[in-house]
Amino acid sequence: MLKIQNLKASVEGKAILKGIDLEIKAGEVHAIMGPNGSGKSTLASVLAGRKEYEVTEGSVEYLGKDLLELAPEERAGEGLFLAFQYPVEIPGLTTTNFIKTAVNEIRKYRGEAPLDAVAFLKMMKEKMAMMNIGQSLLSRPLNEGFSGGEKKRNEVFQMAMLQPKMAILDETDSGLDIDAIRIVANGVNKLRNKDNAVLVVTHYQRLLDYIVPDFVHVLYNGRIVKSGTKELALELEEKGYDFIKNEVNVGEGV
Amino acid sequence: MKTDIASIEKESPKNEQSAIEDVVLNEYKYGFVTDIESDSAPKGLNEDIVRFISSKKNEPEWMLEWRLKAYRHWLKMEEPKWANISYPPIDYQDVIYYSAPKQKITPGSLDEIDPELRKTFEKLGISLDEQKRLTGVAVDAVIDSVSIGTSFKTQLAELGIIFCSMSEAIQEHPELVRKHLSSVVPITDNYFSALNAAVFSDGSFCYIPKGVRCPMELSTYFRINAENTGQFERTLIVAEEGSYVSYLEGCTAPMRDENQLHAAVVELIAMDNAEIKYSTVQNWYPGDKEGRGGIYNFVTKRGICKGDNSKISWTQVETGSSITWKYPSVILKGDNSVGEFYSVAVTNNHQQADTGTKMQHLGKNTKSRIVSKGISAGVSNNSYRGLVHVGKNAANARNFSQCDSLLLGDKCGAHTFPYIEVKNNTAIVEHEATTSKIGEDQIFYCNQRGIDTETAVALIVNGFAKEVMNQLPMEFAVEAQKLLAISLEGSVG
Repeated sequence: MLKIQNLKASVEGKAILKGIDLEIKAGEVHAIMGPNGSGKSTLASVLAGRKEYEVTEGSVEYLGKDLLELAPEERAGEGLFLAFQYPVEIPGLTTTNFIKTAVNEIRKYRGEAPLDAVAFLKMMKEKMAMMNIGQSLLSRPLNEGFSGGEKKRNEVFQMAMLQPKMAILDETDSGLDIDAIRIVANGVNKLRNKDNAVLVVTHYQRLLDYIVPDFVHVLYNGRIVKSGTKELALELEEKGYDFIKNEVNVGEGV
Repeated sequence: MKTDIASIEKESPKNEQSAIEDVVLNEYKYGFVTDIESDSAPKGLNEDIVRFISSKKNEPEWMLEWRLKAYRHWLKMEEPKWANISYPPIDYQDVIYYSAPKQKITPGSLDEIDPELRKTFEKLGISLDEQKRLTGVAVDAVIDSVSIGTSFKTQLAELGIIFCSMSEAIQEHPELVRKHLSSVVPITDNYFSALNAAVFSDGSFCYIPKGVRCPMELSTYFRINAENTGQFERTLIVAEEGSYVSYLEGCTAPMRDENQLHAAVVELIAMDNAEIKYSTVQNWYPGDKEGRGGIYNFVTKRGICKGDNSKISWTQVETGSSITWKYPSVILKGDNSVGEFYSVAVTNNHQQADTGTKMQHLGKNTKSRIVSKGISAGVSNNSYRGLVHVGKNAANARNFSQCDSLLLGDKCGAHTFPYIEVKNNTAIVEHEATTSKIGEDQIFYCNQRGIDTETAVALIVNGFAKEVMNQLPMEFAVEAQKLLAISLEGSVG
């Protein structure tokens, strides 16, 4: 589904990603872990097409297309979704109205007719029940005055509404207490199926207790330095990132 | 006759004024034959033109005198220069002050209207048929100065409501017109209102009798049609004791290369316990991307809450015109009266807007609320200018003002000029202001949800303006939202 090869990217001339290789197949859940500043969020942003990040080398193939050639909204149209670490606020624009616009813009991209109000509401009610989210939140202006937990739940609700093929969760657990993490993770789990894939970017192992990954990759200093199964996450939790750093530094030192 | 704009620019306003006077005097010396049959007046302005307009409209003597008085006063006045706008001097002798559509017979029903004109309306999405059938809005359409169609008149007449063109009102209801005309905006009020009084060609008149609640939104669409024709409408709305009316004014203008002068006057009068709600969507031609062409819009709008417990509410969505100079105001004379001003002003490319309001608190326990949302894009300039005045007898006056500016890009300007004059120490006056920019983060967030940048800007801008948009009647709000999006097209790279 997604094939990243030797991806290098920089921001304001500073190299952040220094050659990422990663392949994700349909039905898989991958986790990217790593210490602060290792490039985790940069990777998520580059895949979503944020223009402050300049791709200097490498390629990303997504569903047979050159992802890097697509505009951010085209990537969304192709089913790529990013749950933001810091969702933005748009005063005066209700969350419902925002989501309705997003759903119909993506349908337009795919050559489908827009959902009418009735069909949209039906779909929304369905996903609200599934995500255990209330109407009051959706009637408020987008993310304005939302708590950290509400913002993240709103992100996962949008994911449910847009039904992406490839979902990237950028530190969705940051700032959440354990109950909120469970709610958000349950939402993501309900959306998993054999045709879509999830890339979970996280600093801590605890989210992976709830969203169980098939593969775990450790990102350090702009490179994936270690890959494994979910046990790797547990090992990291136990030993801390220092053990990775030492391993890498020793390897590079030779 | 045509004065060279470049040469005039270097001269002082005083010289410019005398230049105009010279031209006027020359014109007057030679005079010209008034041709009653012609459809347009020749270019230029002098007493004969004023007489020509008055006679074309078959006006009574007192109207002519009123016009001439205004004209003579105008000659002594100078164009105001205090607004935060700049434009080359206007050659008032290069404007046609009267132009009537070819159609001569006054239509009694919509069916008699020229099919071509009706097609234009349909293109603008304001087909009279549609309006009539679907929305129940009575439309008094003004094209090039002469009112061509008034619907629902019969229905309104049963309630004693008068809703007609100003020319018709002068003929049919001279006593009402004479009593109220220029009672809120005196002919000597300002340069543009004096000019309007001298040459206004038509407009709307609306009279709601005592205790009547007007059952439908009254609506007028103004539109400039013929080349080089300045539009000088005059609107007068009188709401008698305990009455209510909601009035909609919408403007659309087609492309024009030359700047067109537009100086309207609107007067509102609310008696005891009466309420007038006046909504405008202004979409005159704003000029092209380089700032060529576009309408110069110098408008004087003022209402008086004459009676106790009366209320006047202005809502405006200003997206058009190359220059907007407009301050819909309320004189709060009656005790417990309420004035409101809700405004969205959008400027893009080279547009300039200097708009706001004046709230004059004279009566006791009077309240006013000002919500102004300015949106600037391109290299435009957007200024809010407002005065809150509390007179010495206006005990317990309250005002709340909120002025927010939203910037798109870094070449545009937003300015706020709030003036507050308080002469009574029981008054409470509050002013809040914010300035924000549309963030890259907001745009990217929308993009990531499949929403392209242009749509994202429209969403963000409409969210920003929502508090004002909510004040608009439903059918207007939808149109206004589209207009905001259209006005900002191409403003974000």
